[in-house]
Amino acid sequence: MQFLFRYANPHNFMRLSGAVLPFTAIGAALALIAGLYLSFSVPPDYQQGRTVTIFFIHVPAATMAMGTYIAIALCSLLSLVWRHPLSDTAARAAAPLGAMFTALGLITGALWGKPMWGTYWVWDARLTSFLLLLFIYFGYMALWSAIEDEAKAARAAAILALVGAVNIPIIKYSVDWWNTLHQGSTVTAFKMAAVYYPPFFTMLLAYSLLFATLWMIRIRTAIVERRARNLMQGAAA
Amino acid sequence: MNFDMSPYGAFIWPAYSISALALGIATLWTVAAWRRAKARLATLESGQGT
Amino acid sequence: MNPFGTLLLRDLKLAARSGGGAALALSFFALVATLVPLGVGADLKLLARVAGGILWVAAVLSALLSLDRLFQGDFEDGSLEVIALSPLALEMTALAKIMAHWLSTGLPLTLLSPVLALLFNLDVAPTVTLFLSLLIGTPAVSAVGAIGASLTLSLKRGGLILPLIILPLLAPAVIFGAGAVRLVLDGMGSGSALGLLAAFSFGAVLLSPFAAAASVRLNLGG
Repeated sequence: MQFLFRYANPHNFMRLSGAVLPFTAIGAALALIAGLYLSFSVPPDYQQGRTVTIFFIHVPAATMAMGTYIAIALCSLLSLVWRHPLSDTAARAAAPLGAMFTALGLITGALWGKPMWGTYWVWDARLTSFLLLLFIYFGYMALWSAIEDEAKAARAAAILALVGAVNIPIIKYSVDWWNTLHQGSTVTAFKMAAVYYPPFFTMLLAYSLLFATLWMIRIRTAIVERRARNLMQGAAA
Repeated sequence: MNFDMSPYGAFIWPAYSISALALGIATLWTVAAWRRAKARLATLESGQGT
Repeated sequence: MNPFGTLLLRDLKLAARSGGGAALALSFFALVATLVPLGVGADLKLLARVAGGILWVAAVLSALLSLDRLFQGDFEDGSLEVIALSPLALEMTALAKIMAHWLSTGLPLTLLSPVLALLFNLDVAPTVTLFLSLLIGTPAVSAVGAIGASLTLSLKRGGLILPLIILPLLAPAVIFGAGAVRLVLDGMGSGSALGLLAAFSFGAVLLSPFAAAASVRLNLGG
């Protein structure tokens, strides 16, 4: 674990992230431009026509929504077990981004569903689990801001994140099981044809790089804010 | 590039606009918060220096 | 008597004394069940169809009412620190509190459910399944709820944030519990659903004392 901790102290993180940030930011912008170009260049799907275009922003958003939660859970584990000093800040900084990606996944999913299923909302297993994930993000963020003592809030939020991490696969399983209960819903699973791989993976890369960029800036902001707070307290004392 | 989305334009364009809007606002917001925090720290540090 | 039993008895007595304990949760449970037909109409077929789901959701919400006080009272008057210093492991303390909460809310709610099922025109077989599912599943509500209660125990308005934290985590209990009733209504066996519910409940009761104890510790330290 030691090699990880070398970048744990805020000073080193500021230096490292400062060096990496321009590359992720420019990379995100380039991937986004390329991804958009590719998204509008592919032929319509033989089954769902051009609605396939929505997939190029829907699936990356959904992937990032799950990925962000995994990142938060890992940070929480680092914080609780190894007392890694920066991971609480990192976990907190990621949460609003994860909630945003979850919401985007839901909205784009609904907009895909209307022409395909005939309604904006179908109680489909994936949509339902993402709705629950959104509430889990809200609860996590609410707990962080409800507890005033920052050290206590960090530990409480970390415990909640880990409880959520254990529970999310169970929720997913139970929602899948529940979905098989009502007959008559024949939602066909969509298997992406190979022509759609380039726009899809480019957009996925763009979303990942954008997330990495915003996450790092948010952690940096939190570090700078803490420094400013400490200075204020030092001046007052 | 082909921007003819018929007959699904009413769903595809909103999906892209909302996503672009959300990601754009999140980016602006994040950068603004960073600049604010940095400016605050700078004034505090210069204040202490004098 | 062993310390675990002493703590359990004490908590049960406290629950009985403050606000009538089970009475409040039971009244709330019955009230929700009364309001639903007023809202969706008195179509008996429809009511039988939704009874399992509505009564499950109502039971979870009723159990929530007393949950925020699970650790808070003891935290505020300092007795939680005394309990933490006792030889009883904090994990066992959490388990005792979960059991006390279940005995004073989950179990009474389960016992009342057949009466409410009657109001919903539920047949005998689905009523038995509903009763069994609540019996198996409500311990999970107390257990998962205890995690939420311990995380929010230092908050004055913890009661507001508690449902937001634990309701998404309780989705599997509602799904399997109400699902069991639906399976019976559709003329199928409910064994699979009850089995899954039992597994969820068992896991929750087994694991949540650790999470609850960890968060009680962080609130006591410093």
